[in-house]
Amino acid sequence: MKFSALSVFLQGLKGNRDWPAQWRTPEPKAAYDAIIVGAGGHGLATAYYMAKEHGMRNIAVLEKGWLGGGNTGRNTTIVRSNYLWEESEGIYEHAMKLWEGLSHELNYNVMYSPRGVMMLAHNIHDVQVFKRHVHANRLAGIDNEWLTAEQAKEFCPLLNIERNIRHPVIGASLQRRGGTARHDAVAWGYARGADRLGVDIIQNCEVTGIRRDASGAVSGVETAKGFIATKRVGVVAAGNTSVIMGMAGVRMPLESYPLQALVSEPVKPMMSCVVMSNTVHAYMSQSDKGELVIGAGTDAYTSYSQTGGLHIATHTLDAICELFPAVRRLRMLRNWGGIVDVTPDRSPIIGKPPVPGLFVNCGWGTGGFKATPGSGHVFADLVARGEPNAIAAPFTIDRFRTGRLIDEAAAAAVAH
Amino acid sequence: MSESFRIADTKDSRVSGRPLRFVFDGIAYQGREGDTLASALLANGVHLMGRSYKYHRPRGVLSAGAEEPNALVAVTRGPGRMTPNLRATQVELFDGLTASSQNNWPSLAFDAGAINDLAGKFFSAGFYYKTFMGPKVAGNWLWTKVFEPIVRQAAGLGARTTEPDPDRYAQFYTHCDVLICGGGAAGIAAALAAGKSGKDVIFCDEQAEFGGSLLHEGTASIDGKPARDWLADALAELRTFSNVRLMPRTQAFGYYAQNFVALSERVADHLAEAPNGARERLWQVRAKEVVIATGAIERPLVFPGNDRPGVMLAEAARIYLNRYGVKVGSRVVIVTAHDSAYRVALDLAAAGVVVAAIADTRANPPVARLIEAKAAGLRVIPSATVTDTKGRLRVSGIGIAAVSGVVVDAPEWVACDAVLMSGGWTPSVHLYSQSRGKVVWHEDRQMFLPGASVQAERSAGACKGSFALVDILIEGYRAGEEASGASGLRAFAVSGDAGIEGGTMGRLPLLPGSKGKAFVDFQNDVKADDIELAVQEGMRSIEHVKRYTTTGMATDQGKTSNLNALAIAAGKLGKSIPQVGLTTFRQPYTPVTFGAFAGANRGDLFDPVRQTPIHSWAEENGAAFEDVGIWKRAWYFPRQGEDMHAAVKRECQQARASAGIFDASTLGKIEVVGPDAAAFMEKLYTNPWAKLEPGRCRYGLMLNEAGFVIDDGVIARMGDDRFHVTTTTGGAPRVLHHMEDYLQTEFPDLKVWLTSTTEQWAVIAVQGPKARDIIAPLVTGIDLSKDAMPHMSIREGKVCGVPARVMRVSFTGELGYEINVPADYGRSVWEAVWAEGRKYNAVAYGTEAMHVMRAEKGYIIVGQETDGTVTPDDLGLNWAVGKAKKDFVGKRSLIRPDMVVEGRKQLVGLLTDNPATVLEEGAQITAASAAPTRTSALGHVTSSYESPALGRSIALALVADGRKRMGETLYVPMPGGAIAVKVVGPVFVDPKGDRVNE
Amino acid sequence: MLLIRCPYCEMERPELEFRYGGEAHVARPLDPMATSDDEWADYLYFRSNPRGLHAERWRHINGCGRFFNAIRDTVSDKIVVTYKAGEARPATTGEIA
Repeated sequence: MKFSALSVFLQGLKGNRDWPAQWRTPEPKAAYDAIIVGAGGHGLATAYYMAKEHGMRNIAVLEKGWLGGGNTGRNTTIVRSNYLWEESEGIYEHAMKLWEGLSHELNYNVMYSPRGVMMLAHNIHDVQVFKRHVHANRLAGIDNEWLTAEQAKEFCPLLNIERNIRHPVIGASLQRRGGTARHDAVAWGYARGADRLGVDIIQNCEVTGIRRDASGAVSGVETAKGFIATKRVGVVAAGNTSVIMGMAGVRMPLESYPLQALVSEPVKPMMSCVVMSNTVHAYMSQSDKGELVIGAGTDAYTSYSQTGGLHIATHTLDAICELFPAVRRLRMLRNWGGIVDVTPDRSPIIGKPPVPGLFVNCGWGTGGFKATPGSGHVFADLVARGEPNAIAAPFTIDRFRTGRLIDEAAAAAVAH
Repeated sequence: MSESFRIADTKDSRVSGRPLRFVFDGIAYQGREGDTLASALLANGVHLMGRSYKYHRPRGVLSAGAEEPNALVAVTRGPGRMTPNLRATQVELFDGLTASSQNNWPSLAFDAGAINDLAGKFFSAGFYYKTFMGPKVAGNWLWTKVFEPIVRQAAGLGARTTEPDPDRYAQFYTHCDVLICGGGAAGIAAALAAGKSGKDVIFCDEQAEFGGSLLHEGTASIDGKPARDWLADALAELRTFSNVRLMPRTQAFGYYAQNFVALSERVADHLAEAPNGARERLWQVRAKEVVIATGAIERPLVFPGNDRPGVMLAEAARIYLNRYGVKVGSRVVIVTAHDSAYRVALDLAAAGVVVAAIADTRANPPVARLIEAKAAGLRVIPSATVTDTKGRLRVSGIGIAAVSGVVVDAPEWVACDAVLMSGGWTPSVHLYSQSRGKVVWHEDRQMFLPGASVQAERSAGACKGSFALVDILIEGYRAGEEASGASGLRAFAVSGDAGIEGGTMGRLPLLPGSKGKAFVDFQNDVKADDIELAVQEGMRSIEHVKRYTTTGMATDQGKTSNLNALAIAAGKLGKSIPQVGLTTFRQPYTPVTFGAFAGANRGDLFDPVRQTPIHSWAEENGAAFEDVGIWKRAWYFPRQGEDMHAAVKRECQQARASAGIFDASTLGKIEVVGPDAAAFMEKLYTNPWAKLEPGRCRYGLMLNEAGFVIDDGVIARMGDDRFHVTTTTGGAPRVLHHMEDYLQTEFPDLKVWLTSTTEQWAVIAVQGPKARDIIAPLVTGIDLSKDAMPHMSIREGKVCGVPARVMRVSFTGELGYEINVPADYGRSVWEAVWAEGRKYNAVAYGTEAMHVMRAEKGYIIVGQETDGTVTPDDLGLNWAVGKAKKDFVGKRSLIRPDMVVEGRKQLVGLLTDNPATVLEEGAQITAASAAPTRTSALGHVTSSYESPALGRSIALALVADGRKRMGETLYVPMPGGAIAVKVVGPVFVDPKGDRVNE
Repeated sequence: MLLIRCPYCEMERPELEFRYGGEAHVARPLDPMATSDDEWADYLYFRSNPRGLHAERWRHINGCGRFFNAIRDTVSDKIVVTYKAGEARPATTGEIA
């Protein structure tokens, strides 16, 4: 059933009795043309585009828990594309373009809200780095502009720009097309879209092994629901990528860290943009529901615990209260963690490990949500065609051998 | 008609205290000392305390505690002291309290937003995912510009805070042997046991008073004493234990790894006068053992109209009656699935409240209950369900119908002004679950209860599923003994305890075609229908149901709603409850103020500031400062009427003409000492060190193992076994950690010791042709002559009589010295140098002039010319890499294919065609003048200044194949057009280096 | 906040005194120049990142300053054992708590 104001009205009149399931609950078939491991936003988007753009309908997405239950449902929903390097600009801007039409594409309101993402500069080094981004982005046709502290305050009146504070705001970069989207809706919209194209989304079906034939190529996956044959496996398992790839005997340049987020109790609108500060390690926006959504840095040590330490959240709130003194009296409602897989250069891996039939899309670290549509789109292309397209090509695993890193962390090079 | 629902003279009423005045929504009321805002309003007959989130339905208080979803208020205590979303059930009354309701306009009684209620059928679960998209041609415009702003304005419960909070918050870390969370019967018993053991005990409870349900227990007696007398005696005994810390108003809200439990203590909000001290305290407790005694929360029943003001949890009515002396109505109906509501009925009836009926959903309520009810003259309707309720701002009637099989009979309407419901009790397993324990579903009891302990904790009492008072006490006592390593069980004699059987989950049977709204999550306005719709739409896990409907995601975090939601979803799916799953119990248990987390880490204490020994002189001499890492560095020294540009220009010119004096104390300094010091330096730096003679200096370049430049600095050899290493200002701790890492873990055989000496030395740089003349009168024991002390050498001697290391080095391209003296002498030596300098018209210069002069000379700054992706060759620093060295950190990476590939970005100088144009740092560089967008950049400008020495602009840049492009014209595209630049070498001043060797 | 036992100080101290140092027992090749690009990349970047017991480096940076190793369960964050740098990895059961 097509979603629209009219259908909501008509169904409402009928007591909402006729809304169909947004996706089926199929049992796995004995074999598929391809299997995607991980029904997060990236995995579901991959399946959706494989079905829609490559006509692959006999495919399945396997999920050990429930779809969208990992980082897709745990992040702070920031969308932006103002990255430094051309390769990053390519993939994140590709995603941004897809974000702009995604609600209509999926007939699902993912609430993409281009409310502006503002990154605060607190010292001269920040200014140099952010201006470099602004110039690079302009050349790449990506909006990103420089604001004075006063302009930043005008854009976000909640912000404290007094000069005498410990880390004064001396300017900011702003991507107006950046913003937020509703994370669950992204997973659900892609799931519904993929399902309608015939993709089997099989939840509660943990992959326990990857079977390879005599030639070493992938021949299927062992799962909680039995063996499923396939010659193509795309692994999109975020924090659990190392574990899944290990089943095929592949080591990865990844470490998994807890990343925490928290929300306040809901209040009437206080801020209408996203504000990030790398110097003081905090970022904040306000959800449509009214909760202030606050992100922290990763915990110091690798972990799969999905919790993290209280001192990390505490440090983030220190910073938030300095940047926005008016929020000090609000209260933390929920605090949680996700597991992010981090590469040595903080850029993703979209590639082919040395196992025929095996593909991997991982390493999105702390920034994966914003890439969801673009990541799924290019990975679908890779799994379907067997070769990466121009946008995905730079993100090989091989770059760690050759040294051609795409180091976005470099942008945050520490001050002299 | 003040406090007309107060039972002033009942012997059980604990509120006989001082009258207090308070204001709610602009109306003045009277309450009593010991009241909560909720009990005081109820005493005045006020049930209507809020409006719901989505439908703006009028809502009364549901509960008497932390689980309250409805009665949310804002309390204002003056400028900056407005707190939204407080539960009226937890707000302690004080004289002059001013509170207001939320989420309504123009008033609580008449709220325009209630129109949503009429259109409710169109606001089903997840409706917003299906609409508000607008026509495709409009793109996102309709959502972004029209719908989202409406949604946002309508959403959000509490008022926004607008001013900085003037209150203070404190933080404490502490240890204890036993932490007991929860001060009800189980907790008290545990505390008695642990207290006797002599162990160090922390005993906390969220409420102002310890006692939990014992505070309103009017019937039971313990050890022959009425429960409340027993409680008083027990608390008196606990207070005699010096080893027990009693912490009221303290919520254990988070249970972390290794028995680390976070507590939030409310210190001041209950006081009429805000104190000077902290408003709240955040406690972080490392406990050897933890006793969880967090009790249970009563479940609402799910029936149409179960949200009208006046409909509330049954036990809450008993709490208001017995603890606060407040009748929640004059004529009540009890609807229950559990024995415990009979106690409520009996107590209310005894207090003179008309109990019109007890509607029991069970076909066969226990005989003992029926006998009790009959004895009190109360009517019991078994096999009952509720068809609907009536009333606008307060319930006025309830339809009760008998259920036979699946058939619901026609309802009998019973007039009432309060409906008291009980669906049974949900053990509070939150802390146990946060401790990473796995809760276990008990099918026979229809409860999730704690399973095996993962950490050193044990649950006791109702949170573990024990509901008989005697069991609770015994279990609590045993838990206290176990936790404190004591033994010697204690018996408790309990009589008059009420029944503990019963309970239901999910919605009650409905009349066919029932249209009433039956709420599950009151605050988020989630109805039973919404949950069923979510399941119908494919949301088969409770996490999906929760997110799709928002049930359990309100500020009460589903304390009263989660189990009902789960049961409804399971019922719709035809699955058992554990198959559908349980949502996780995320911290905090109840919301905790941001300010409490921040504590004293605000203002100047947010992040420490490092200052040099010369900082005060710079301040006195009008310096502007910049933040570099956590250092404050003098940026420039403006004279009267000078702006930054003029000051920097003067500083540069004067330094090159005569001399400049610069505070370089922030440079990182590491003393590398030991017989293998040179061998160690060979490993950690690219340069060769073995042959560097004592007394000589060398520019050192440090790579990470990936081959990228991470630090640089001048390194002096003090002796065969000793190096004086300098690092960048921000890099000092990182470099020391890097060195220690390799020394300890890769090269442990090397006999080397590393000591950070950054703060031991003050460093005064004197740069310029007059530098030698300036310092000479102050230096003793060192021959400063050109031949005796050439460029890049170090000597030890005295400056102003103070032991000093004097280096002849330059970061300006001029003759220069850096005087290292013990930090305590820094300022006085600086002043002496300054006094000498003034004879030569020398200037004090700051970091900006330093930057300009080093760029004129083509010296890099790590972090500005480098960004973690740059190799020594990229920087033209191959001369600093020891070719003959077999190994150093990063060497192997330098020969990876892409590290030696053509087209890498290389450091060059740029000169704009127009000498007045100063490029912007970070600007991109292209080959074509009219660069279309989406073109690849050749590189970027790393440093750019107006050069006083050249009288024109200069820039450094990283450009692809830059060294091959000497003389080429490239372009810097700017919004106003491309700027033409010529590629030149990176050294603009004195390329031959004559001046440094003066 | 973890509580970590420093094997040099022989004391349990809070996590804030320590700095994490990544996977342990990733030895730097004795002759890096003799390694292939693949071997070198493996040393530089590829990690086991297990879900379960993980041998990892910590430094008691705000204490004695020494590097040591720990075996921690990355699911429960429970530290099974800590031991001095240079010592062999102690035998541990593979069970995940």
